[in-house]
Amino acid sequence: MYDNNEPIVRFIDVQKSYDGEVLVVKNLNLDIARGEFLTMLGPSGSGKTTCLMMLAGFEPATHGKITLNGRPINNVPPHKRGIGMVFQNYALFPHMSVWENLAFPLEVRRMDSAEVERRIKRALEMVQLPEMAGRRPGQLSGGQQQRVAVARALVFDPDLVLMDEPLGALDKNLREEMQYEIKHIHENLGVSVVYVTHDQSEALTMSNRIAVFNDGIVQQLSTPAELYERPQNAFVAQFIGENNRLLGTIRAIDQDTCTVEVDGSGTVQALPVNVSSNGERTTLSLRPERVTINPPEGSVPNVFDGTVEELIYLGDHIRTRVNVCGHDDFIVKVPNASGHAALAEKATVKVGWDKEDCRALDAHQSG
Amino acid sequence: MAEATAGNTVLTTADGVPLKRKLRQTQQQMKRRAFGLVLPLLAFILITFVWPIGLMVYRSIDNPTVSESMPNATAALQAWDGSAGGLPPEEIYAIVARDLVQARKDKTVGKVATRLNYELPGSRSLITSSARKLSRIEEGPWKEAMTQADKKWGERQTWLAFQRVSARYTLGYYLAAVDMTYDEDGKLAAQSEERQIYVTLFLRTLWVSLFITVACIVLAYPISYLMATQPLRISNLLMILVLLPFWTSLLVRTTSWIVLLQTEGVLNDIMVALGLIGDENRVQMIYNMTGTIVAMVHILLPFMVLPLFSVMKTISPSYVRAAQSLGATPARAFWKVYFPQTVPGIGAGSILVFILAIGYYITPALVGGRTGQLISNFIAFHMQKSLNWGLAAALGGILLAGVLALYWLYNRIVGIDNMKLG
Repeated sequence: MYDNNEPIVRFIDVQKSYDGEVLVVKNLNLDIARGEFLTMLGPSGSGKTTCLMMLAGFEPATHGKITLNGRPINNVPPHKRGIGMVFQNYALFPHMSVWENLAFPLEVRRMDSAEVERRIKRALEMVQLPEMAGRRPGQLSGGQQQRVAVARALVFDPDLVLMDEPLGALDKNLREEMQYEIKHIHENLGVSVVYVTHDQSEALTMSNRIAVFNDGIVQQLSTPAELYERPQNAFVAQFIGENNRLLGTIRAIDQDTCTVEVDGSGTVQALPVNVSSNGERTTLSLRPERVTINPPEGSVPNVFDGTVEELIYLGDHIRTRVNVCGHDDFIVKVPNASGHAALAEKATVKVGWDKEDCRALDAHQSG
Repeated sequence: MAEATAGNTVLTTADGVPLKRKLRQTQQQMKRRAFGLVLPLLAFILITFVWPIGLMVYRSIDNPTVSESMPNATAALQAWDGSAGGLPPEEIYAIVARDLVQARKDKTVGKVATRLNYELPGSRSLITSSARKLSRIEEGPWKEAMTQADKKWGERQTWLAFQRVSARYTLGYYLAAVDMTYDEDGKLAAQSEERQIYVTLFLRTLWVSLFITVACIVLAYPISYLMATQPLRISNLLMILVLLPFWTSLLVRTTSWIVLLQTEGVLNDIMVALGLIGDENRVQMIYNMTGTIVAMVHILLPFMVLPLFSVMKTISPSYVRAAQSLGATPARAFWKVYFPQTVPGIGAGSILVFILAIGYYITPALVGGRTGQLISNFIAFHMQKSLNWGLAAALGGILLAGVLALYWLYNRIVGIDNMKLG
């Protein structure tokens, strides 16, 4: 029925302003592939929810075009878009039972009662709540309400489901459980999902691709692994996962190596990512788990002396704060592996890392 | 607690006191404190609300006038079997005559005359003049003497009425309040047609209150919706506009309506000036039912807006959005998802407006004219003008019972827990 290679949703040059003075979304171009789980990730006020609302039809785009299945939908009202949606606080109709909530989209579509019954049963089984049909939403726990909300968004078989921070109100354990559950439902149904969250671990767990939003712009659009391993700019590096930042100035640069003089002291060999010229300011980004304490001689190009400032025992690893190159907030994750040398506070150690793990990014300060 | 057995051990605290008793003790203290906090209000309500209402309801059946002024006659009449037919025997005539003379000496005969007059219109002079005439007669036969003093003493109807008014407690006021009376044989009968006013009046009050309630819902719903959905700045302004009349004196507001609506008033002048109506066909919009309804809707509107607003304020816009995303048209989303959630507000507002409207007095009195009067105006009339407090109390008692019955009905249908005032 549709060309499977064609994106299900396209944002083309979309801009959005609420007050005519500030652009909340600045020139968004984004293709969402059919069957994809795409997460819009960003801090609050980054424009991600606005994009979702424009896609759902609750906010008009100020400029640009949004297409769904190749058809422009700028002027299609929300109820004709056929997009399922899960809201932040579930928005289950409190005066209706679970069954009536699920029947609502089907009755609107004038399905016959046998079909309605079949679909509701299927949807409730999908979210493992077949015995809750007669309850009111107020009689369900947060997790159960969440499942019903997911079932309701899927019961009319939309090809696209939007989720607006649906797990925000749940406690940590339940949230993780629901992440896997939603992920499995997505895999089983093959429906396209656009998911909005500010929780990076949620995004990494669930998504095929993640669009990192900041300041109304998509900072980076890539797979979770790519995003974590190869952040394209300082904001993404800072926002996704933990990250050591060293500010410095580029002293020498070629195709795949640059030499950076770190503010404070020391010279670091790094991988140039979005820096280009000598003398440019840069942020060096380095994951705490890619740093080695007391590396073997000659194994890595960057080795510095440091002082252990603080040790925090976290079970699977020991979080070590080290004073290196004049930065006293340098974090090293030391795996709790057998035979690993025990560290003591105030001890002097050697700290080293590979050139490839140290990415020279723009000098962007915020975040 | 000593019956604790191996399988059924009583839980105790560390010092061996049964847990349940200890819990009761600690809770008792909290309960006492809570009761202490509400005590002043409770006392206030008992003294200024429950007590006067109780007195008033008691007054609607209380009937002390005759039984206190003429105790011997009362005892004799109550013993007489009036339903057997015929006139009372000579000894009753004698006792009544002596009591009438005594009442005249005590100067209470006027009250007795008034009381009998309520029951049997036109019988005031029967008592006063008979008492005067009888005081000059020393000896019987009394039946003859009384019949001579006034021939009504020879009618069975008089004696039946006199027997009824002499009872210590009476349902007569309630009968009068529902347009019932006793016929010549002492049987219950409908009041003659030209004297039937109260049933019509009750029905009219009910109808007008319902109409006002519905009008308030229709007018308040959109403005409450606006207030609940607009940004704070605009909703505050709207709130002030709604409350502004609330802060103005009731009399000022009512008289403003007179200025606006009277035949030589602003509205009529405008319509004449625009040529909508001729100068000679000015519309009568006040001093009739129209005036009462318009002014009362205006006065009671805030009581509908406030509960509606507070309920709508709590309804997240995501419900309607969810309904739309599920495929419902905006109209359907409103009707199936938004409206049902506002029903508690409508219920609360309706109960407030209806109960206030059904007992409203001042506005109909000022702008109701002759046709726009409600039951409360007649209660006031009997309190202030005719001084028939018993009838006023009976009318008020029926009104109170009606409101309580409607409240009960509302609770059965909608459920009082579903009412939200804020």
